[in-house]
Amino acid sequence: MKTYAYFPGCSLEKMARSYHTSALETCRVLGVELRELEDWNCCGATAYFHVDELLAYTLCARNLAMAEQQKLPVVAPCSGCYKNLYFTRDHLNHDADLAEHINEALAEDNLKFRGDSPVHHLIEVFVKDVGLPALKAKVTHPLKGLRVAPYYGCQILRPRKDKEDVEQPRFFEDLVAACGAEPVHYPLRLTCCGGALIITNREAALSLVRNLLQSAVQAKAAVIVTACPLCQVNLECYQKQVNKEFGTEFHVPVMYFTQLVGLAMGIPPKRLGIGSELVAVMPAIKEARETEPSPAGT
Amino acid sequence: MNTASPEPAAAPPIAAPPDNPLSFVEEIRHLLYASKGNPINTCIQCGTCSATCPVASGGFMDNSPRRIIALIRAGFKDQVLKANTFWYCASCYQCTVRCPRNIDIAELMYGLKRYTVWKAAGNKDLIGPTFTETFVKMILRTGRSYEPVLATSYLFTYGLPEMIQEAQTATVLMLKGRLPLLPARIKRLENFKRVIKHIIPLGDKE
Ligand code: SF4
Ligand code: SF4
Repeated sequence: MKTYAYFPGCSLEKMARSYHTSALETCRVLGVELRELEDWNCCGATAYFHVDELLAYTLCARNLAMAEQQKLPVVAPCSGCYKNLYFTRDHLNHDADLAEHINEALAEDNLKFRGDSPVHHLIEVFVKDVGLPALKAKVTHPLKGLRVAPYYGCQILRPRKDKEDVEQPRFFEDLVAACGAEPVHYPLRLTCCGGALIITNREAALSLVRNLLQSAVQAKAAVIVTACPLCQVNLECYQKQVNKEFGTEFHVPVMYFTQLVGLAMGIPPKRLGIGSELVAVMPAIKEARETEPSPAGT
Repeated sequence: MNTASPEPAAAPPIAAPPDNPLSFVEEIRHLLYASKGNPINTCIQCGTCSATCPVASGGFMDNSPRRIIALIRAGFKDQVLKANTFWYCASCYQCTVRCPRNIDIAELMYGLKRYTVWKAAGNKDLIGPTFTETFVKMILRTGRSYEPVLATSYLFTYGLPEMIQEAQTATVLMLKGRLPLLPARIKRLENFKRVIKHIIPLGDKE
């Protein structure tokens, strides 16, 4: 069994609780142990970086140092946390002075950053570490006929970490296909949902959300699947406000990829936190299952 | 770590400290300490960043990313600091991955935010700076983020219809168990605060 130091991040504590529960449930079936990092602190979202870069790195480094103590790689389900932790490690590993300075501060908490715990996004663990063939082998309830718009968003891909393809990625579509569902291609799959602009510039964010929903709906997606709590909230919870603002009638469920995988593996919806969304997910799933009953008769 | 660039040669004797020993372009360059991209003086003004930016192409930025770079290089400091561009940047890094000169534009936007926060020089009508301040103070106090505290930093700047919509959404989320009733705290909070003090010597008042 592969074990990770799991960094849930603040939104998974409550707002995105269903992401947390579905991550734990699916990982258990996939043979992945998520060991929650003890006493983790907020990664700083985008706000620390607005004020002080050094402080931002220090706070991320505290989490990394705790994972190193356990000799475990880090996994974050939130794209924002992932990006912050990933690049903190990257910068500190390239800049010994910066690391030394930060380590002086971390000594107050009896911690030391060494840089040996790599940082992954949860979807990477599913796609690369578990691997799609192994995941597919656990699919007992393939989601046949379900048209899914995989939404990458920003920080899983950008900034570029290495030499990976940031313009034409395929792994999310492949993951959807491994669940037996049908990935739909829509032009805005990599375009920003507005992120924290939903608070700081509502008008701009609502318009970005509108464009995205439209793009997915035009491609006849029955659900949008995300890998980030902020994307999920923007796309789902603000649909009503988009409709009010633009006179549209969007009603698209937005779920986490872990929930999709969980359903395909036959985990009961309730254990995946399904039911706490504002636009119900299950009707879309049921509809797809009714129009295209799977051979197993589920 | 970067050291400041050498003092300008023969500064005239002055009573008050020099207003600004570095030019604006240099100051901004120093801000981008951690960025691995090229400095902005390698920009060829091709406009890829602006065209690829979802916020600028939506017409929401008063100055496009390309224009901000041009203004910085031409030394139009006031105009840059008053711009909404960086506060309306969503940090999506689309510009950064597409710039043909490998300039980290998104990181530049962060740098400009920090610059205006430090100098308290920014545009007073924007929500971004207040939101940032509330967020950071909250995390320094508890180690974790807590949505209801955040709301107070922006809700009152909204018009009535938006406020009602926000309240309705919040109520529904609360009923679905998706809003926390109490703020979370980390356990080793005292150590955590001492760590922070090493980086920013905060006053003891808070
Ligand atoms: S994409 Fe790069 S080179 Fe082109 S205008 Fe923007 S910053 Fe300059
Ligand atoms: S990072 Fe900011 S400036 Fe760059 S494309 Fe995204 S929103 Fe625009």
